[in-house]
Amino acid sequence: MTQLLAFIKKEFYHISRDPRTMLILFGIPIAQLLIFGTVIKSEINDIHIAIYDQSKDETTQQITNKILSSGYFILEENLNNLDEIDAIFKKGKVREVIVFENDFGKKLVKEGTAKMQLIADASDPNTARLAISYTKGIVNDYIVKTNPNLKMPLEIRPEVRMYYNENMKSAYMFVPGTMALILMLISTMMTSISITREKELGTMEVLLVSPLKPVQIIVGKVIPYLFLSIINAFVIILIGRFVFEVPITGSFILLMLETILFILMALCLGILISTVAKNQMVAMFISMIGLMLPTIIISGFIFPIENMPIVLQWFSNIMPARWYIVILRGIMLKGIGITFIWKETLILLGMTFFFIALSIKKFKVRLE
Amino acid sequence: MIKINNISKSYHKTEALKNISLKVNRGELFGLIGPDGAGKTTLMRILTTLLLPNSGEAIMDKLDIVKDFKKIRHIVGYMPGRFSLYQDLTVEENLQFFATVFGTTVKENYELIRDIYYQIEPFKTRRAGKLSGGMKQKLALSCALIHKPKILILDEPTTGVDAVSRKEFWEMLKKLQKKDITILVSTPYMDEAILCDRVALMQNGEILDVDSPSKITKKFPRKIIQVRSENMFQLINDLRQYTKAESVFAFGQYAHFTGINDDVEPSELDLYLQKLGHKKVFVEKITPGIEDVFMELMKTS
Repeated sequence: MTQLLAFIKKEFYHISRDPRTMLILFGIPIAQLLIFGTVIKSEINDIHIAIYDQSKDETTQQITNKILSSGYFILEENLNNLDEIDAIFKKGKVREVIVFENDFGKKLVKEGTAKMQLIADASDPNTARLAISYTKGIVNDYIVKTNPNLKMPLEIRPEVRMYYNENMKSAYMFVPGTMALILMLISTMMTSISITREKELGTMEVLLVSPLKPVQIIVGKVIPYLFLSIINAFVIILIGRFVFEVPITGSFILLMLETILFILMALCLGILISTVAKNQMVAMFISMIGLMLPTIIISGFIFPIENMPIVLQWFSNIMPARWYIVILRGIMLKGIGITFIWKETLILLGMTFFFIALSIKKFKVRLE
Repeated sequence: MIKINNISKSYHKTEALKNISLKVNRGELFGLIGPDGAGKTTLMRILTTLLLPNSGEAIMDKLDIVKDFKKIRHIVGYMPGRFSLYQDLTVEENLQFFATVFGTTVKENYELIRDIYYQIEPFKTRRAGKLSGGMKQKLALSCALIHKPKILILDEPTTGVDAVSRKEFWEMLKKLQKKDITILVSTPYMDEAILCDRVALMQNGEILDVDSPSKITKKFPRKIIQVRSENMFQLINDLRQYTKAESVFAFGQYAHFTGINDDVEPSELDLYLQKLGHKKVFVEKITPGIEDVFMELMKTS
């Protein structure tokens, strides 16, 4: 026991004296969270549009005002002929052009139908789709409100309600996902690097020729990083709560316990990586490339698992982050308790034991 | 104390050790002498249970290096060739860490390391990475000794250490030997070889000879003439061209000349070199050192 304590103390000395470790441990998570927070978006803001109004009557003016006052769009230019549409898209700033036909207002009243055209720059399909559907929504809303008796194709509007995320805030999606990603990366990377560093500097040689048992070395490596990663998780939850306003509707204690379990799993995975990797570079490579991409792509962080090819769906089952994201979303957004997520918890628990057992078995008591 | 029987070890296709057998007595200061790549480090790693031999067996204080590796790790003190302490830990923290890991305290065995440690104690709050080469070695030795090992294995402990520190280091080893610690030390320096009780000359994974340094040099029957002149490079080339030359090697600022027979006289070489235009020529007959033996053995093996 005193041996283990001495080992843990030594690890804390290493961590606190290496500015790089401190930076990776605390700088990267915060930066990553803030970057993801501002980059990944499924809502639109300040889309630049141009309007080609051939009618210029009261109705088109009102619709235009309504679109511009919605807060989603900024008018870049009023166009005067069709040729300008092409030109303005080529400049790249304008993402959508709205065209009203001649006598829009009159036709609407007389014939009950009027045509407007929405043209979007679909080189970024996501933004294009969102911009179009937002515009449609605004136009429909206007027509229904001003002409309650009219029947026309434009007014057909599906009633949509987004459960748990009424406003479709993307923060709700990326905060749990980023949290899983960061904890996964930092935890595996830190442990795998710190063990391979001992191999590289030759200190492992001295540790091996000592009575220290593999279990002591492994536990001694895991505990300090577990402690620091818990602080890390706490900071991420705080940023999520106060910067991105993601609520924690469920039990905070359950959330932390599940997080500790996930961190423990990631740390043990890191140890397992270090038993395979010969030096810090390889360890870093495996943790970064081998874990980051799959975690981002197939864990359900960004892309829905149900839409993936069946092989990838099957593959996503072995991604620990997949289960943790389900747990996080459950607790943070839905406010559910352990009775609903016991299955996921059990899977994480199983993975943790699997990694610990395998690391202890694979830990080399000799060189090479 | 250490018994090595027919040990072989190869990495892929390179044979690092070829059927090595060796015995080190209790309380002996035993040297493994040889150039880089001779297999010294591999042999030491096998003895410290870090590597498994492909064949053969070795016994350390009645313990088998394969079966009883856990027990051996309690009784061996090991100092690897590269400085292998924690550079970001202070002198004191390193020592305390290794003491605790071996289940002892610095206080308990302070007596053993006092002579070594008191020299670096003034710097005990300094990080190990910031120590000079000599001080690093003293710290590493202190850490290897802190659990009072029965056998101390040192892999090239004085490589990269200044001459004064090297001398001090060997004085310390002599003192430790008196405290009933068996010491196995490797070195590429021939001048350190004569400080050992016995040495094994190693080359290409084989042991060329095992004996006390004085006996080994006595075995060398040849006459050695050491030669010096202003242009060392030209000197060696010219000596090798000499009709009666068998071997010529550079040793520091001298060249050691061995003739095809022992009839070659120093004056003869002097005359030969003067003719070729060498300046400040100095020629002298010397008793062979361990280096000369080594060169001779390498040649014949």
